[in-house]
Amino acid sequence: MPIEFKKKPGIVAYLTAGDPDLATTREIALAAIDNGANVIELGVPFSDPLADGPVIQRASQRAVARGVRLTDVLEVARQLRAARPACGLVVFSYLNPVVRMGMKNFCAAAAAAGADGVLLTDMIVEEAGEYLAEMKANGLAPIFLAAPTSPDARLKAIAEASEGFVYAISRVGITGTQQNVAGDASQLVARLRAFTEPRGIPIAVGFGISNAEHVRAVAEFADAAVIGSALVAMIEITKPSQAPAAIGRFIAGLRA
Amino acid sequence: MSVSASSELPVSSAVAARAGRFGVYGGRYVPETLVAALEELEQAYAAADADPAFHAELDDLLHHYCGRPTPLYFAKRMSEQLGGAKIYLKREDLLHTGAHKINNALGQGMLARRMGKRRIIAETGAGQHGVATATVCALFGMQCVIYMGEEDMRRQELNVFRMRLLGAEVRCVSTGSKTLKDAINEAMRDWVTNVRDTYYILGSALGAHPYPTMVRNFQRVIGREARAQILEQEGRLPTAIVACVGGGSNAIGIFYDFLGDKDVRLIGVEAGGRGTALGDHAARFQKENGGVPGVLQGTFSYVLQDEAGQIAATHSVSAGLDYASVGPEHAMLHDSCRAEYTSASDAEALAATSALARTEGILPALESAHAIAEAMKMAPKTAKTDILMVNLSGRGDKDMGILARELDLKGAKV
Repeated sequence: MPIEFKKKPGIVAYLTAGDPDLATTREIALAAIDNGANVIELGVPFSDPLADGPVIQRASQRAVARGVRLTDVLEVARQLRAARPACGLVVFSYLNPVVRMGMKNFCAAAAAAGADGVLLTDMIVEEAGEYLAEMKANGLAPIFLAAPTSPDARLKAIAEASEGFVYAISRVGITGTQQNVAGDASQLVARLRAFTEPRGIPIAVGFGISNAEHVRAVAEFADAAVIGSALVAMIEITKPSQAPAAIGRFIAGLRA
Repeated sequence: MSVSASSELPVSSAVAARAGRFGVYGGRYVPETLVAALEELEQAYAAADADPAFHAELDDLLHHYCGRPTPLYFAKRMSEQLGGAKIYLKREDLLHTGAHKINNALGQGMLARRMGKRRIIAETGAGQHGVATATVCALFGMQCVIYMGEEDMRRQELNVFRMRLLGAEVRCVSTGSKTLKDAINEAMRDWVTNVRDTYYILGSALGAHPYPTMVRNFQRVIGREARAQILEQEGRLPTAIVACVGGGSNAIGIFYDFLGDKDVRLIGVEAGGRGTALGDHAARFQKENGGVPGVLQGTFSYVLQDEAGQIAATHSVSAGLDYASVGPEHAMLHDSCRAEYTSASDAEALAATSALARTEGILPALESAHAIAEAMKMAPKTAKTDILMVNLSGRGDKDMGILARELDLKGAKV
């Protein structure tokens, strides 16, 4: 399973697939991988991204307007897998497009495309029984979110249900950049460690991580940092032809 | 072991038996950050619901502050004109703030106070839930933020003014379709961000568990009263009960105490809008171009969506019915055929508004007018011994701008 963070801190790069277009998303992802991203999260654009801040909302809206579908995102995953056999690949989606495709069909298609794992924003462990069974049957890693508001009993369930890594949300709130990495994050990771360590599951911290300073701060206590809105915002203001190089330079600078 | 044939989200029979499930529908599909808050809410609501003092205060406020019980009124002229069943109107329009929404806003407002939450947020479509929430916040001295779609702020402007007069901050939502669905998204984003000190008063029997159950329970008073009133006035139960269905709180509120009365037909009326194509209506249970089971805003229910699972645009002349999904309990009642669901078009709702105003001197909300429209279709085909009970869920003062334009009230025709 290629979800590995050999070089610490690991870098997980989130991209809203299909913004500005699918071919550019693929090129940006390749540039991110070649400049040190360990895992690419391919975000499936959704009409109602209620956990996302304005940056990813706008990117989703643009991609949905272009008609980008879950099947298109899986095709990008397939191309990335063919081009970079060793990179980590996670499909990141809200639940409804997956439900519409059918849980069984989706898991089979994601595995066939070469994805390593799946993160469903609005799927919680209590509701995940059948989802987990399908993921397991297809050899996919289910990645769950852990929040500062999650009590220890939930963190335990999340750590036990997750494979690949656990995504620790740095603060209460929606996605988007912030000035500093919240104090919430280190406390959450410390609580979560008690449950992930016995299983050897790494912890990635995301939400509001936007520069090298943040990545250094996260590296003090977590295994990887997730960069999302910062990349999506950069893509929004960069010419598509220049976006892969710009994102590549940015990713390369994160471990500086 | 799936008990669901129609859905693509496999739900085991063990899951279907859980609290918060209505058959395979319902559940809790939310970002992790909100789960602890929903669990806290579930526990606090269970404790309040088991506390006689909570119910005593709620009943007292519903009576003295809101004006319950609301009358069950025999619409004699309308019944005679239509030439069939006796039509009774459950007059939720006479309730304080002008709609059934206060039943739920008051209950949840008391719960928020009991939980020590001083900041209240809510979404609103037609503005009736926003007004009810702003009212309760004024009554209890709580901070109030209401999210409302830009399109709805325009077409229900009077309610925006009412909310502001009551001390609420109305935040304009300009994303997506700029209507109820987008207001709920934005309210949920606020809640995720301020979850530690904020209570979200969701306005319909929607969303993640425990909301659909809790909102229905706060609205059950409608059916409980109506059942006793019809037995007192007619000595028997109605032939059918008709209610409009947006999220479905007024409908589930009047239906619930009749669910065991198998001979009473329960009829929900959705917004047929301006046509049957996807995007032109909000009829989730419509056979063609209707909804299919999916997950929107925390719950598994029928959702109007395209083939890729993107949520569809909706249209209705009534802001309160203009929503892509429907409460999960209605989804269950639909599949089990205990309730029937039909729709009324924009034009039929407007005609029903005019008809009720002129035959009975009652101005219904455009939402409620969808139920009146269905009763007007049904009545001529029924016997004079039949009884149709219509939930008149709100009054139409808020709609004067739309009515003035659509019914040409400024012109010489009137």
